[in-house]
Amino acid sequence: MTSKILETDSTGLGTPPGPVRPVARRRPPGAPTALGLGSAMIFLSLIVLIPLAAVLWKSAEHGPGFFWKSVTTPDAWAALKLTVVASIIVALINLVMGTLIAWVLVRDSFPGKAVLDTLIDLPFALPTIVAGLVLLELYGADSPLGINLAYTRVGVAVALLFVTLPFVVRTVQPVLLELDRDMEQAAASLGAGNWTIFRRIILPNLLPAMVSGTALAFTRSIAEFGSTVLISGNLPFKTQVAAVQIFGQIENDNTASAAAVSTALLVVAFVVLVTLDLVQRWGSRRG
Amino acid sequence: MAERSGVTGPSVVSKYVLRVVVLAYLLFLLVLPVVLIGWKTFQHGLGPFFDALTTHEALHAFQVTFIVALWAVALNTVFGVGTAILLVRHRFPGKRILNAVIDLPLAVSPVVVGLALILVYGRFSSFGGWLEDHGIKIIFSTPGMVLATVFVALPLVVRAVVPVLEEMGDEQEQAAQTLGAGRWQTFRRITVPGIRSALAYGIVLCLARALGEYGAVAVVSGRLVGQTQTLTLYVEERFQNFEQPAAFAAATALALIAIVSLLVIKLLQRKAD
Repeated sequence: MTSKILETDSTGLGTPPGPVRPVARRRPPGAPTALGLGSAMIFLSLIVLIPLAAVLWKSAEHGPGFFWKSVTTPDAWAALKLTVVASIIVALINLVMGTLIAWVLVRDSFPGKAVLDTLIDLPFALPTIVAGLVLLELYGADSPLGINLAYTRVGVAVALLFVTLPFVVRTVQPVLLELDRDMEQAAASLGAGNWTIFRRIILPNLLPAMVSGTALAFTRSIAEFGSTVLISGNLPFKTQVAAVQIFGQIENDNTASAAAVSTALLVVAFVVLVTLDLVQRWGSRRG
Repeated sequence: MAERSGVTGPSVVSKYVLRVVVLAYLLFLLVLPVVLIGWKTFQHGLGPFFDALTTHEALHAFQVTFIVALWAVALNTVFGVGTAILLVRHRFPGKRILNAVIDLPLAVSPVVVGLALILVYGRFSSFGGWLEDHGIKIIFSTPGMVLATVFVALPLVVRAVVPVLEEMGDEQEQAAQTLGAGRWQTFRRITVPGIRSALAYGIVLCLARALGEYGAVAVVSGRLVGQTQTLTLYVEERFQNFEQPAAFAAATALALIAIVSLLVIKLLQRKAD
């Protein structure tokens, strides 16, 4: 990989040793790269970097005291707490169920498996507001199953479970497919039971994928908005998650406290992703 | 997948227990919702479905959605391909940072995306105010919705194209240039055919995300009925106003778009393999 990049750079890409070429193309090596890089950076800055920096700036503008006060108002604090706790529970359920789903999809076989395998990605493709609407219809006041979770925390968790379903499945599944079955057979022939084989051979191989899938599900979950809007009923102190709370503050032109709660969410996501990166690096060094 | 042999596999009982647990979980979380929405929409036949989708407001919402999505997909495709080539074929300082920043939008809440854009491009910010004085309105208007959609879908094309570019290598591109092909010719004749499937895959992902975006667009559009209302905003507004048939028809239309994109994505993935 690295050598390939070096190669590309040494030929400069812009100056192929061809016969007569139009003058316009004879740029010094690296100039087109700089142009492309510049355009990409301007695009990224205008759309992502400057706006996100504005959120951080807005939350810090009036000093740390103001930030702290905005984040610890009773409704903001309740929303943040609910978001983080619900996301931890949702992430843990995903860890277990996602791994089981991946296992069944790889190791089991039954009619309709291919359809199910395709369906797993649906939560990524389905608009979140549609997901919220459908879940409210299924688990709301008119539930055909007689299960009413509307305006409850369990309802919020179900919505979060729906939108985060693919993360663990899709990170664990490819690893499980690649896993060498010889090791398991060797262990079994030496007398290891199923549980021992799973714990000593399969689990250590799956663990990195399970952890990263769970972390991704967690960060998605704390950021989720669309699917929770309808089923939560937006009750402060009870079912209002942070994204919905921020939305309300923006609607009330209270952008400074919206920015403070947003910053808190960004910090949590950032910490989780950096920790994940460190754990993965540590893991790959050990491995 | 082959069945596990009797010697090494888990007992038949645990196999069936796992299968039942997984199927029950997916039934209640995934399958029943999808079945229910279809049933709700079509229980009175196709007529009411199409009637609900051809009202003036619904057609306008379709139009707004497609305009925003097409702009966002076009911008993300150009940026995505360009950035993927930069990341794979070139070396420059700050490459690792660029690589990390690309994935940033995945970790940001859609509502925070909207807030961020309002803080920079809104009427009360210095830049947004200056633009407005010069007759350019971004927030509560189409450009702002395009920006929000580009933001949330930013990594999709880049991440689809990068692995294929890496695998492809640059021997053919170099050969073409040695034979006198220009930069653009090499890109069009060698690079694009090589990444075609991956690019299509990235574009479909991006399109599906763009058509279905709700949170970020809800914040920056101002949700002006008949003006900046996209399909997802229309679903929410109709539902809150107790017009369930209209909400369900639009939701089903969006779900059908999602399912079609999903199938196209699977097809492209299989082709790439």
